[in-house]
Amino acid sequence: MSNQEFPIWEVFIRSKNGLEHRHVGSLHATDATMAMENARDVYTRREEGVSIWVVESKNITASNPENQGELFEPAKDKAYRHPTFYELPIELKHM
Amino acid sequence: MKIEDLEKKFQDRIDAGEKIEPKDWMPEKYRKTHIRQISQHAHSEIVGMLPEGNWVTRTPTLRRKVGLLAKVQDEAGHGLYLYSAAETLGISRDEMFRQLHTGKAKYSSIFNYPTMTWADIGTIGWLVDGAAIINQVMLTRTSFGPYARAMVRICKEESFHQRQGFEMILTLCNGTAIQKEMAQDALNRWWWPSLMMFGPRDEESPNTEQSVKWKIKRKTNDELRQQFIDITVEQAKVAGLTIPDPDLKWNEERGHHDFGAIDWSEFWRVVKGNGPLNKERLKARNDAWDNGEWVRDAAMAHSEKQAQKEELKKAV
Repeated sequence: MSNQEFPIWEVFIRSKNGLEHRHVGSLHATDATMAMENARDVYTRREEGVSIWVVESKNITASNPENQGELFEPAKDKAYRHPTFYELPIELKHM
Repeated sequence: MKIEDLEKKFQDRIDAGEKIEPKDWMPEKYRKTHIRQISQHAHSEIVGMLPEGNWVTRTPTLRRKVGLLAKVQDEAGHGLYLYSAAETLGISRDEMFRQLHTGKAKYSSIFNYPTMTWADIGTIGWLVDGAAIINQVMLTRTSFGPYARAMVRICKEESFHQRQGFEMILTLCNGTAIQKEMAQDALNRWWWPSLMMFGPRDEESPNTEQSVKWKIKRKTNDELRQQFIDITVEQAKVAGLTIPDPDLKWNEERGHHDFGAIDWSEFWRVVKGNGPLNKERLKARNDAWDNGEWVRDAAMAHSEKQAQKEELKKAV
């Protein structure tokens, strides 16, 4: 039993209502309840948040930096997805 | 891709000011240097709680007690942010603890000095945290993302540490003659060890060049030390204290203060384990870990039991 390390959890905090939860760091805890309590003590000592999410790290699937190209490069040559791609007359004040 | 090409690409990214994230390719030495530096930084935060914890039960007022307690709690938090950052590089928390407990990993030598009077607590906040802030502000721009982010968080919290320390010193300096003497005595004992916190002189620091190239460090030990001295001299004047260095004087030409020779033999003596409290500090950490074992086991057992109960509920 001893020498068994507590699992790692990722902590996300909403700093105030209206904003999204943001990743702030990680911590070790035996279960979700302890992760929540530790997150409060470690990451919100100065009113940094109004809401906390904790997720056990092993449950996160992350993209591999080696696949950077195939994942993200296809978006590079698609300027037509941006409003500035389309030419409009200067007289047009609002659009 | 050949290793030289990967290394070249890596250096190009650093030169372009890009941050390196945990899963990115990095030279093995970059990884190892970071594991060493971040874990030692974390250990310093954790061991750094001991000299101040020594005074939590003996603060002169309740106001000082809540301040000191909050500061010590912050140090624990800072240690945790940093351990997490190091873990992203593939070392486990337990392995880092093992390295600290066996004496393999170092922590800042400043914490091997004793806190003998209440003025020492103020002086630690003023000088030790002051020196740490100078180093840490630089590290908010370090090239490894998780380390830089931990530093931003830490720097936001650290400024209160220094201010509460300096306020304590000012209070003593505006008090009785004996109180002021106490503040001066603490400054006399902590001044030189504080200057040593920045590490050996540049020519004695073989890793500096590579660290600067990889933007692990953005300034050298001597640059940071000089910056600290220039700032602190002014603060000492405000408090009406004398910095214990007869050679300290403003050098108009350099635009900096000149200062006396640092006793590097003392620095190396303490780094190598022969400072006033090296053994006590290590023992305190080992005791805390060993005596906490049953608590960790109980917490784990409790969680397993709760999970089993949940399973049963679902099955019924």
